[in-house]
Amino acid sequence: MSAPIQLRPDETFLLNVGPQHPATHGVLRVKMQMDGEYIVKAETVLGYVHRMHEKMGENRTYAQYLPNLSRLDYLGALGYTHGHVLAIERAAGIEVPERAEYIRAITVELNRVASHLFWFGAFVMDLGGFSPLMYAIQDREHILDMLEAVTGARLTYCYYRFGGLYNDVDDDFIEAAKRFIPRMRKSLKKYDALVSGNIIFQKRLEGIAPVSAEMCRKYGATGPVARGSGINFDVRKNEPYSVYPEFDFDVPVYHECDSLARYKVRMDEMEQSLRIIEQGLETLPDGPIMAEKKPKNIKLPVGDYYQAVETARGSFGIRIVSDGDKNAYRLKLRSPTYSNMHLFDEACEGMLIMDALAFMGSLDLVIPEIDR
Amino acid sequence: MILETTQQALQALFAGSVPADEAEAGTPRGNGVLTRDYKTHGYHLDAQVDAAQLLAAVTILDEGGFFIESITGVDWIKENQLEVIYDFSRYDFDACRVVIRTRIPRDKPEVPTISTIYAGANWHERETHDFFGIKFAGHPHLVPLLLPEDADFHPLLKDFKA
Repeated sequence: MSAPIQLRPDETFLLNVGPQHPATHGVLRVKMQMDGEYIVKAETVLGYVHRMHEKMGENRTYAQYLPNLSRLDYLGALGYTHGHVLAIERAAGIEVPERAEYIRAITVELNRVASHLFWFGAFVMDLGGFSPLMYAIQDREHILDMLEAVTGARLTYCYYRFGGLYNDVDDDFIEAAKRFIPRMRKSLKKYDALVSGNIIFQKRLEGIAPVSAEMCRKYGATGPVARGSGINFDVRKNEPYSVYPEFDFDVPVYHECDSLARYKVRMDEMEQSLRIIEQGLETLPDGPIMAEKKPKNIKLPVGDYYQAVETARGSFGIRIVSDGDKNAYRLKLRSPTYSNMHLFDEACEGMLIMDALAFMGSLDLVIPEIDR
Repeated sequence: MILETTQQALQALFAGSVPADEAEAGTPRGNGVLTRDYKTHGYHLDAQVDAAQLLAAVTILDEGGFFIESITGVDWIKENQLEVIYDFSRYDFDACRVVIRTRIPRDKPEVPTISTIYAGANWHERETHDFFGIKFAGHPHLVPLLLPEDADFHPLLKDFKA
């Protein structure tokens, strides 16, 4: 007879999650000190897809840097390119024609819906339900087709230019977008019936992974993560830019602070984006899509400039320090997921590992956007 | 409203002196608080402080309910200085973006950590240490974040050669 296996009561072990783990949605690594299935301490390890986009910002002219922005967040790239062109237009004093700004808003919101759809599918898949991903990808496909016809790309868009757009939308796009809205509304109802009421789904999320509003503030969390913690903050409303003040839309806020609240925020946001697209298509003005007076080689006056935009993941900021040259002297990208992910280490202490992975899903991570 | 109270609180750090703007005067600006035109610059208050005043300035913002946006650096190689820039903003509708900046000598780049006040400064400071080699005194875990773990180079320094 061998002796029974016994562990010291205080014994913990180290668990490596990632960098090649499906739950991290990319190359993210979390070192976890585990006590059985409970996390004692977690340390996120970044940098696996770091490409030094900020150095490229110093080496390239502002226009040459345009394609870089869409390589941060491959799910909601238009929001990031929007931030960049707005920053340059603000600093150089370029007036953008109204039609161009409307089309920007419409395409950014379409991209936001596409991003949330993919998140929805992947998130439910994290929790064990496979088929919603297939439905979500089908709906997202319609958006990608529309955007491809206009921008020429499916993910890494380079559609906006300083002072306007690379090309105008045609009637086909407007028709397709108009057809898409009711179809998407039907789908949202379907998703709600399929997923939201599911008892397993609710038990995995309700009351799990609380993130307090104070914690959001200390870490600088924005976007659906902050709005799921009762913070009514959306850059489109709090610091209005582009033509967003023209549109009538709400900012969904939930006060439960749990993973379910973050889910509900994003699901409601899709409807709000549809409302913006609908109004945008109705009131789309005629006119040029490119500013008439625009310098060929853009040089910004000496000084520094900041522009924040609301992307699908939260507040994206771009800070440009100019010394008057055609390149930026320093270009800083403030990515929302970076701050949202940062609170994970503290928030997941004492949590079950399966809850922590659901929590990670509810943060909507895109790793290239964290690492830049 | 919050703009004025924050400005006054920060101004109190400098005993009332208003610095000249470098963009206008053509010389490096001194410490002090400037208001910026939001429409062109995208932020409201711009305070340059001494590294020793940093914690006091950040505490003012913490007590004012600001959240941390980011921390970054700039290499002013001609002046032989490094600059650390702290961005803060608010969740409410009283939009007020505040920038705190401090200049330190290039050969002894050290500022106190603010991760004791804002836990979220932790990664931003590690990143700034990666890119510029700036030391954040008192930081609990100042090891490379985005660069390889054995990195001994700082790619955003202007004299960095790949």
